[in-house]
Amino acid sequence: MTAEPTQDDITREIQEKQREAAERGIPSRHPSRDFAPYRSSILRHPTHELVKTDPEEIERTTPAFGHIDVDPYESDLTIQHPGEPLGERIIVEGRVVDGDGRPVRNQLIEIWQANASGRYIHKRDQHPAPLDPNFTGVGRALTGDDGSYRFVTIKPGPYPWGNHRNAWRPAHIHFSLFGNAFTERLVTQMYFPGDPLFALDPIYQSIPDQAARDRLISTYDHNLSVPEWALGYRWDIVLTGATATWMEDEHADH
Amino acid sequence: MPTTEPDPIATDNAVSGEEHPVLTERLAREQPLEGLPPLVQTPSQTVGPFFGFSLPYDGGPELVPPASPGSVRLHGTVRDGAGTPVPDAIIELWQPDADGRMVQEPGSRHRARGVFTGFGRAAVDAGGHYEFTTVVPGATGDGPRWALLTLFARGLAHHLFTRAYFVAEGEAEPTDSLLSGVAEDRRGTLLARQDTATSYRFDITLQGEGETVFLDYPAAAR
Ligand SMILES: [Fe+3]
Repeated sequence: MTAEPTQDDITREIQEKQREAAERGIPSRHPSRDFAPYRSSILRHPTHELVKTDPEEIERTTPAFGHIDVDPYESDLTIQHPGEPLGERIIVEGRVVDGDGRPVRNQLIEIWQANASGRYIHKRDQHPAPLDPNFTGVGRALTGDDGSYRFVTIKPGPYPWGNHRNAWRPAHIHFSLFGNAFTERLVTQMYFPGDPLFALDPIYQSIPDQAARDRLISTYDHNLSVPEWALGYRWDIVLTGATATWMEDEHADH
Repeated sequence: MPTTEPDPIATDNAVSGEEHPVLTERLAREQPLEGLPPLVQTPSQTVGPFFGFSLPYDGGPELVPPASPGSVRLHGTVRDGAGTPVPDAIIELWQPDADGRMVQEPGSRHRARGVFTGFGRAAVDAGGHYEFTTVVPGATGDGPRWALLTLFARGLAHHLFTRAYFVAEGEAEPTDSLLSGVAEDRRGTLLARQDTATSYRFDITLQGEGETVFLDYPAAAR
């Protein structure tokens, strides 16, 4: 029986993987599916190279969502119950655009998150932190004509997750996004600036490049904060579907 | 936003050495400006284990009502590299209607009777099994009939795309440029084979023996 890995073991593995990625010349803007420090990836990553395909009409189109699908109230996660949820009320706002800066219009965004104590409403979440009867942690919205979205919610807490001894996820909100083509489909996580857990987290660190990782961190925006009410965070999202290759000159220095 | 403020997207790109001095303007005009490098993709992160209270929804797996005329079941089991069923995966289906049209109809989350939207979402059960009720997709051109499947799961840092080519019992195996480019011993993983009069089976293996062919679209990406 192998001993439960410690944080030091995992941190060392993360650093090795990132060194390897740098030597290879970073192949992807997305995380490595084969990233052993994230233990659940070991038996779940494909071993064959993905087959490169020219997208056909099915892949170049994407579902249409409309007001039949999403109620405007679903973008406020603090009004879904009779009482106010506990925690730090926040506004999360941003734009969804494609690689040319074209807005992703009238498209579905779904979010889910832990409550302020770091607990999910999910039967398999075993974290012994309190549930909040006034917080479910699920939101939906349609983007506006300029690709903009806005959620009102509670700042989620970090939570333990059992990947290794003393493993804690940095606070995050899960986002599910549809782009202008199905190839642009994205599920990701938004983080908060200055989190001390970033360096320790194999999920966040599965992205080989620091600049790419930085793109997942929202910015505190004081102009978005509402006096006497909530703090504002801004997070813009670019959907291009790009998996491959840095431009030649972009990595000439490694 | 005042134009003197740094644009967050531009700032991100500046980190990777791509300057976008007029990005805010470009976004404000909603027009691509010629000659600028494309914006940089926001990276993926795993769907995690705790999507079950958010992503699945009533009617998600039912693109058409069960037992309606022409309806078929598309189903299968998701397995990991040890052959163990994956109990925490979620699959999305995107396909043409029976006549091969890619429709653009809202209502995938709150389905109206008689409206086919082409999109569905199904979480696997504890045994890794998923099931959609849909129609056999029509061909969008001269080629075979297929649907796009997107798979998300805990442990999967980035989702996986694959195609399910529908093969009726006794029908010849389809061919197109993708299938002919795939090694013969792996081609079968892309076939959804008819297993009863109204059902097609499409198992997904993430790793190892019988590993499903997963797809990448470099030409679409910027
Ligand atoms: Fe989470």
